[in-house]
Amino acid sequence: MSVLVFAPVQDGILKKIALEAVSFGVQLAHGLQAQCSVLCSSAASSEALQQLQDLGVSAHYSAEHDLNEVDAVVHYLTQAASLFGAHQLVVSNTYLGKSIAPRLAVRMGIPLASGVIDVPKKSDTGWEVRRSVFSNKGYAYLQVLGLPCVMAITPNSFPVESHPVGEMKTVALPNTFESSQTKIRVNRVDRVLGKIPLTEAERVVSAGRGLKGPENWHLVESLASSLGAATACSKPVSDMHWRPHEEHVGQTGITIKPDLYIAIGISGAIQHLAGVSSSKVIVAINTDKEAPFFKVADYGIVGDAFDVLPRLTAAVQRFKASHA
Amino acid sequence: MNILVCLSQVPDTTTRIVFTSDGKSLDKNGVQFIINPYDELALTKALELNESLGGGSVTVVHVGRADSESNLRKAMAIGADKAIRIDADATDAIQVARELAVVATKEHYDLILCGRESIDYNGGMVGGMLAELLGLPLINILTSISSNGTEAEVSFDVDGGRAFAQVAHPFVATCQKELTEPRIPNMRGIMMARTKPLEVVSALANADQTQVSRYEPPVAKAGCRFVDASDMDQLVSLLHEQSKVI
Repeated sequence: MSVLVFAPVQDGILKKIALEAVSFGVQLAHGLQAQCSVLCSSAASSEALQQLQDLGVSAHYSAEHDLNEVDAVVHYLTQAASLFGAHQLVVSNTYLGKSIAPRLAVRMGIPLASGVIDVPKKSDTGWEVRRSVFSNKGYAYLQVLGLPCVMAITPNSFPVESHPVGEMKTVALPNTFESSQTKIRVNRVDRVLGKIPLTEAERVVSAGRGLKGPENWHLVESLASSLGAATACSKPVSDMHWRPHEEHVGQTGITIKPDLYIAIGISGAIQHLAGVSSSKVIVAINTDKEAPFFKVADYGIVGDAFDVLPRLTAAVQRFKASHA
Repeated sequence: MNILVCLSQVPDTTTRIVFTSDGKSLDKNGVQFIINPYDELALTKALELNESLGGGSVTVVHVGRADSESNLRKAMAIGADKAIRIDADATDAIQVARELAVVATKEHYDLILCGRESIDYNGGMVGGMLAELLGLPLINILTSISSNGTEAEVSFDVDGGRAFAQVAHPFVATCQKELTEPRIPNMRGIMMARTKPLEVVSALANADQTQVSRYEPPVAKAGCRFVDASDMDQLVSLLHEQSKVI
């Protein structure tokens, strides 16, 4: 019984969500008195491999593929699991993970727990896993029937901690995946360079109709940039095409779980709160002191966005300068 | 094209979610159930695809009990030609996917669409599981599609960006917000829906692999601390020292 984690690599470096997944896997393995192994691309740098060793990985399986393709990841995870006897499979619940996890679980004939937010407890029948439901309006305790399973963990929910267990051995997996196995021909991928993906962001600055128009968004972007934060918006703003639809957070947009969520000029309708209420700390800025957002915020500022935003940005910049 | 659209039924988005006192289920008192918004987009896109190609058929399929039939009629009012209800409670993703797989193999479907996730369980797993059970390609988080009936040009969201690809039919796709605007049924549609076929089929009675043992509401926040708009240095220092988020 061992744990196998898929650790995505980008430009040779382990992504933050990969480090989280590995830390989670190491903890899970520790609870089972088992070992944690990792599948990653042969493109991983030697620094990345050192990081894996420091996190507590016992074995690293290397595939000669960039592992950015769902079918390849499912193929190599299945192969590594059967070659080396891994029963707990861990992936991060990013878009890639959401495509990998269900295929993997069905192929291996084991249960899937998706959206795991805490380290699971072993139960009489398998595992007890906690996940968010009803778009963050509640939590469910899920009994996973059987110990072998796939766990897809929510990004930004697990701390990255070092628990080295000794030297990590490396095994090169045989090159058995053929690209012709994939029936989807990807012609290009447009990536917005330098932009922090919202689903993985630790800090988010979000704004709504209170900003009055798309031409004012530079105020939001300046604050986001000073904080190293991603930007987001409310449904009306997305519907009016002031901002791209990927920024819409809410019940019918995306659900996020950052450490810090700053909401400016958003009243706090139940559907928006559904997308953001799992945030660790919420700051609400609104001219209306009765705005529903203040009922769920940790910090509130009653004020005008056009006045508060530049002040807050300047304050953050002063803080960063003095703490450099 | 012969298109299958998988629908689930969810509490309306304005619902205040309350659990029963034993925590074992959702308190359904006063809750309105609607078609999962992402599944509605899937249905609308299926209709649009057939309109541009001419001909074809759109079937909606759902795992649920008789209380979902009004939503299935609504789907037919929007334009689906036929509805199939698999008579079982939806318990978990694999159970639902296996039931859907049975229906999906009864006829040849060129395309199988569902929403990217349901807004009640937020799992987003059924589409992928169905694709694997059927041995079909999966396009997850579909943002655009055009098809000549044999091959489709698609775009879909990936981590940090968007991919553009081609894939031959048949395949499974889960639908994302930008795909289209949901259609509202008109009077003619509502009238016609009354006579369209709604077939009830028995379930496999296959086992689930996960079970919810209890629910709990979110922890209420301690209360909002107001900071003066003129003192943003204080806010920054609180965020750093107290909350430790910057």
